[in-house]
Amino acid sequence: MTRKQRRLTMIGGALAVLAVAAALVLNALRDSIVFFSTPTMVAEKHVGPGTRFRLGGLVQPGSLVRGDDLAVRFQVADGGAKLPVAYKGLLPDLFREGQGVVAEGALDGSGVFRADTVLAKHDETYMPKDVADALKKQGHWKDDYGAKAGADAKPSGGAVASQGAAPSAEGATR
Amino acid sequence: MIAESGHYALVLALALALIQSTVPLVGARLRDPALMNVARSAAVGQLLFVLMSFAALVMLHIISDFSVANVFENSHSLKPLIYKITGVWGNHEGSMLLWVSILALFGGLVALFGQNLPLSLRAHVLSVQAWIASAFYLFILITSNPFTRIANPPIEGRDLNPVLQDIGLAVHPPMLYLGYVGFSISFSFAVAALIEGRIDPAWARWVRPWTLLAWTFLTLGIAMGSYWAYYELGWGGWWFWDPVENASLMPWLAGTALLHSALVMEKRNALKVWTILLSILTFSLSLLGTFLVRSGVLTSVHAFATDPTRGVFILVILCLFIGGSLTLFAGRASALKQGGIFAPISREGALVLNNLLLTTACATVFIGTLYPLALEVLTGAKISVGAPFFNLTFAPLFVPLLIAVPFGPMLAWKRGDLLGAAQRLLAAAGAGLAAIALVWAWTRGGAVLAPLAIGLAVFVIGGAVTDLVERIGLFSVPLATAARRARGLPRSVWGSAFAHAGLGIALIGIVCETTWNTEHIGTMKAGDSVNVAGYELKLEGLTPRPGPNYRELAASFSVSLDGEPLSVMTPSKRTFTTRGMSTTEAALLRRGVSQLYISLGDTTPDDAIVVRIYHKPMVLLIWFGPVLMAFGGLLSLSDRRLRVGAPRPAKALRAMQAAE
Repeated sequence: MTRKQRRLTMIGGALAVLAVAAALVLNALRDSIVFFSTPTMVAEKHVGPGTRFRLGGLVQPGSLVRGDDLAVRFQVADGGAKLPVAYKGLLPDLFREGQGVVAEGALDGSGVFRADTVLAKHDETYMPKDVADALKKQGHWKDDYGAKAGADAKPSGGAVASQGAAPSAEGATR
Repeated sequence: MIAESGHYALVLALALALIQSTVPLVGARLRDPALMNVARSAAVGQLLFVLMSFAALVMLHIISDFSVANVFENSHSLKPLIYKITGVWGNHEGSMLLWVSILALFGGLVALFGQNLPLSLRAHVLSVQAWIASAFYLFILITSNPFTRIANPPIEGRDLNPVLQDIGLAVHPPMLYLGYVGFSISFSFAVAALIEGRIDPAWARWVRPWTLLAWTFLTLGIAMGSYWAYYELGWGGWWFWDPVENASLMPWLAGTALLHSALVMEKRNALKVWTILLSILTFSLSLLGTFLVRSGVLTSVHAFATDPTRGVFILVILCLFIGGSLTLFAGRASALKQGGIFAPISREGALVLNNLLLTTACATVFIGTLYPLALEVLTGAKISVGAPFFNLTFAPLFVPLLIAVPFGPMLAWKRGDLLGAAQRLLAAAGAGLAAIALVWAWTRGGAVLAPLAIGLAVFVIGGAVTDLVERIGLFSVPLATAARRARGLPRSVWGSAFAHAGLGIALIGIVCETTWNTEHIGTMKAGDSVNVAGYELKLEGLTPRPGPNYRELAASFSVSLDGEPLSVMTPSKRTFTTRGMSTTEAALLRRGVSQLYISLGDTTPDDAIVVRIYHKPMVLLIWFGPVLMAFGGLLSLSDRRLRVGAPRPAKALRAMQAAE
């Protein structure tokens, strides 16, 4: 093989690998990304049953009902709308009524959000960023949340010295 | 006083760094050895001042001086001493100070052990190193000064985030930073070579040990962090594809590629331009990681927008260094002479394939990490890219890489014999197939991919063993001769065999843990027992216990197997009074390389407690693999040929200077 042919082989191989990688990435981006919505956005956009998304909002005070065998039901509200959520499993340490929450799952036929993951941060001043942003946008932001979120941004941003500490910032139960 | 001296020492270090970043360059232009030698003393002086500054901050934390904002925000007088010390780098300001300390350490090491480097190369390397250092000293002094005082000192501190009050914090960040920042050396060498406009094999001989050292620490740092997350977070996961984790994985992937391409450059004088580019990219990814973690952009794009000083400062540093070095590369790379040629099927070819797959895998991680950020900035849409994305992209790219790993060392330089290599790997392939059959039969169908992946892992390990066996002629020559040959074998050969085997071992652990992990979640009362993976766990009782700066509720489980009592496990739940946060202290019981894992949830009103019990088969192999890889790295580093700072034989030194 001449030098030129060798080089062409190399470049051809490299392009082939890159093409495969690009195909994998595009395919994965189509199938495995999850969008974030609040109850109001769900109502407006008419999200169909079975579409996976992340639901964020505040746990409606008084809505938490514990069933048998770790089953729980609660409502997520964002000031504009409410959405019932059903979940089975261990709730995060800081899951509380009136606090922010992010759940991942899909709507079932009867309009109940079936969550398979409930996320919460290990911090008493926690307000999930997606929830805070959405509440601000819709004008339901209260100043004391702001104080909390402001206090939160600093320690969590600073405390995560490393990747080991990172997942701690967003503990989840599955 | 201590705070002010620490601050002052940091300013002096900045002054020295500014001198170090200019004077040696002028010296190199004027060919003035005295000016070039300024780099050495400046680098050592810088190291001393930074260490003084760091020691000052440690001291402030130890004596709990709450008049310093950093101590007030992250410490508490009741905190155990070890966490007072480790808390120094458990926050933004302190961890940046650790970052520059390690940078200065590496600069100091080059200055001290680089006597036999060509003078102008050393001057250039240390100058580039000082540019990086100056930028980060400025960043600390302007935006994140750890020595800021509070006007009205409070009596008590706000305590360190309880999740960080763990021995993991003592080990993980320093290790990780030694890796991250260690890559600055290969970056500085690359930029120095571009400025000088020439590269010789001696350059690669210098870059490789430094890269290897950084890579070894980064490997250990990532593995340590993963194990820490596993036992501290209480839900048994060990890798979350979290952006902060990806930030450390990307330099690791690029660094691994660099390690291999530097080999080609050293041995065959080929792939020069690519190696330079990879050196630049690896450190750029380290800088990107620093930006992602330190700017707050991950916590919230909005937090970044409202308090942009830190983020924008690091972004500017990032753009200056990455943009500058890549521009320099674009301008100078064509001037570098092409090296030796080789056939596609050869050791070089295999290493090129390794580089191709590693950098592509790195690129997919890059896209998965930054795409959500870019999308949010551009369109405002919020998405999350999680494990499914990486499983669909990263894993398929790693499979061909793993298949190719055993072939690499079997191929000859320049032109290899693929068929011959395949024949020599028959035994390893046989072992792999046997493993597939065994696992398949043992699990009676079930998961299809798991036995295949285990077969692949056994093939990788078998390949590493075959390589060693062939080199020492284990079964073809008398045992004594083989033993003598084994001792005579270069340590770098042992090193690469261990590292490759470590890859296979980690894969076995990953596959077994993800496929055959048993989980039990439920509520238990004292006296209840539950059966998990054949183990009988009985909750004996719950006892509240006081701690130094927390209260905890400990549960005591007696574990028995087939009626035989084994041990008692006591997971607990700690509540930290100062921050009102609680953490879960999981209890681990090791059985061989498998583990039983218990963590506690909330107590219910009727005195029961929610528990999570996992049986994780082979889970320890996940971290044993990387430890073996790092051991391989150290072994290779101790090779006489490569030892960092080892005095070079006089002949080689003369040859090297002649080459200049």
